[in-house]
Amino acid sequence: MSTTPPNVDHTNAESPVTTAHSQPTPLWGTTGQAPRRIPWARLASTGLLTALALFALIGPLIWRQYTSQDLSQFLQPPSLAEPFGHDHLGRSVIARLAHATRLSLGLAIVCVATAATTGVALGLLAAWRRGWVDQMLLGISEIFLALPALLIVLIFAALASGEMWTIYIGIALALWVEYFRVVRARSVSVLTSPAIEAANLLRLGPAHMLRRHLWPELAPVLLTMASLGMATAVLAMSTLSYVGVGLKPPTAELGLLITESLPYYHEAPWMVTAPIVVLLLLLAGLLGLRAQEVRR
Amino acid sequence: MAPLPAPSPPRSPAARTDHDYSLARAVGKVLIRRAAQAVSVTFAVTVTCFVIVQHLPGDIAFRIAAGRYGYDKVDASAAAEVRAELNLDTPAWQQLGGWIADALRLDFGASLVTGASVTDELAHHLSATVHLAAVALLLSVTLGTVIGLLAARSRGGVLDRLTDAWVALVRALPPFVLGLVLIIVFSVQLGWVPAAGHGERGNIVLPALTLAVGLSGLFARVTRDTVAQILESEHVHFARTKGLAGHIVLARHVLRNAGVTLVAYIGVQVLILVEGVVVVESLFAWPGLGHALVHAVFWRDIPSMQATVLALALIVVVVSTLVDLAVLALDPRTREMQ
Repeated sequence: MSTTPPNVDHTNAESPVTTAHSQPTPLWGTTGQAPRRIPWARLASTGLLTALALFALIGPLIWRQYTSQDLSQFLQPPSLAEPFGHDHLGRSVIARLAHATRLSLGLAIVCVATAATTGVALGLLAAWRRGWVDQMLLGISEIFLALPALLIVLIFAALASGEMWTIYIGIALALWVEYFRVVRARSVSVLTSPAIEAANLLRLGPAHMLRRHLWPELAPVLLTMASLGMATAVLAMSTLSYVGVGLKPPTAELGLLITESLPYYHEAPWMVTAPIVVLLLLLAGLLGLRAQEVRR
Repeated sequence: MAPLPAPSPPRSPAARTDHDYSLARAVGKVLIRRAAQAVSVTFAVTVTCFVIVQHLPGDIAFRIAAGRYGYDKVDASAAAEVRAELNLDTPAWQQLGGWIADALRLDFGASLVTGASVTDELAHHLSATVHLAAVALLLSVTLGTVIGLLAARSRGGVLDRLTDAWVALVRALPPFVLGLVLIIVFSVQLGWVPAAGHGERGNIVLPALTLAVGLSGLFARVTRDTVAQILESEHVHFARTKGLAGHIVLARHVLRNAGVTLVAYIGVQVLILVEGVVVVESLFAWPGLGHALVHAVFWRDIPSMQATVLALALIVVVVSTLVDLAVLALDPRTREMQ
């Protein structure tokens, strides 16, 4: 979704997401680099994400009742016990927010894990076997490249609207392609390098190559893609329910919370602001985590 | 007086021996790849939609008959007529064959909800979407390039840092939240432009602005980084050393080189643009493809969904093809064949 992808140029399989090693090592002496700068963006993002994760884990335990209605508390303003007050049905806003954050983070992690596992496995397979396996998988990935992620998720939403599994499958299906393309392109260049030739001569098995040659090359890229992919998943889910084809109302979900509270933005601004701020912080944290790598 | 040296012969083609520049071959390669992509997308979307229709709850013949005659006038005989007319009794694979043949003729059947021909509605939606997308893209390219250039000129300065912060904010801002903020500020509070709709003056302002702000952040970032890199290159240093004025260096050496990267980047942007179109059109009730798609998904109107998804995917393919060709025209290095 529109949290833009790394500089993954989909038109071109060889394009790397990041080029982490920009400074060539000199033959002697030091690299002459300035002392390492403190990565403020990463520190801030890590702190932000930790706080949100804690809120998502502990919040639902403190504020358990997120669907219980009490109309006598219609649009009650914030108090000490209820920092965001109550909504138009008298439900606790912070309880709904905590459950929504847990849902978003949980779904994002599951989707990215599924997509990354599939994409990496297929990418390695294509790079290893080449030939018709490679050609077939590349052909399939070309189809997905022409379909923006949101369209794939929407098609699945039509299959059975409002059910969690359609959103999960849709997002995972939209995300696997970039892992496949990047892993395949990088692995091909590693597997055709002299180092692998030497390893073959020494009869070191595939496990050695994976651990010592492929993994160090792939790991940083995968981490970057995972944090961006989670942002995509969070955004896709909230957008779907915002336009009315995602999860169904009693569920607490960030997009739904925004839709529900919008008519009351004049009377109860805290109710609209809270989910928007959580969504923004979540996205900012995920995007900022590896911002330096994406930048280069 | 020494004789003038003989004019040197034009650079011999030998200088190019280890390269093989062929525009025609490069163009052919791009066209074949993109055509294959278009065909396979059409096939995949059509098959998926067919499978979904087969698994829709209820009798599909009843649904189609209801779309035509209204829900209160449907009976078993009307449904049987529809079934006979559309060959719904034949085995699934035969139906699929007919379905694909229809899609190739751009005949997507009738909407399950309104009963109108999907193809007729598609033309209308397509023009609205292209209008919106073109305005948004133009706006974002202009805005992004100018901001990026200014930021690159004052690297490390206040403007550069402001741009950085702004780009980060825009990236973390989901389009629907941005649209809501714009509606509340410009339409509800200030009353400058209408909030939603189509056909009146000023209707396009907010949706186009919502799309453009998101995209221009990315353009600004890419422009800034590319231009900063080019400004530090040796040929720019040389152009300065030989005394060219700043604006000539900018026009001849910096912008032309940056153009290649920026045009290629539009190809990446188009995916984001199409997603943005879906969200923004729903938000502002702009009667384009995205709006129609969300409606079709909500009502499970699969023929309409098939047509709109295909149209959006083909827009992506067409724009990518144009971008590929433009890059080939701008940058001879990409024509090289291995």
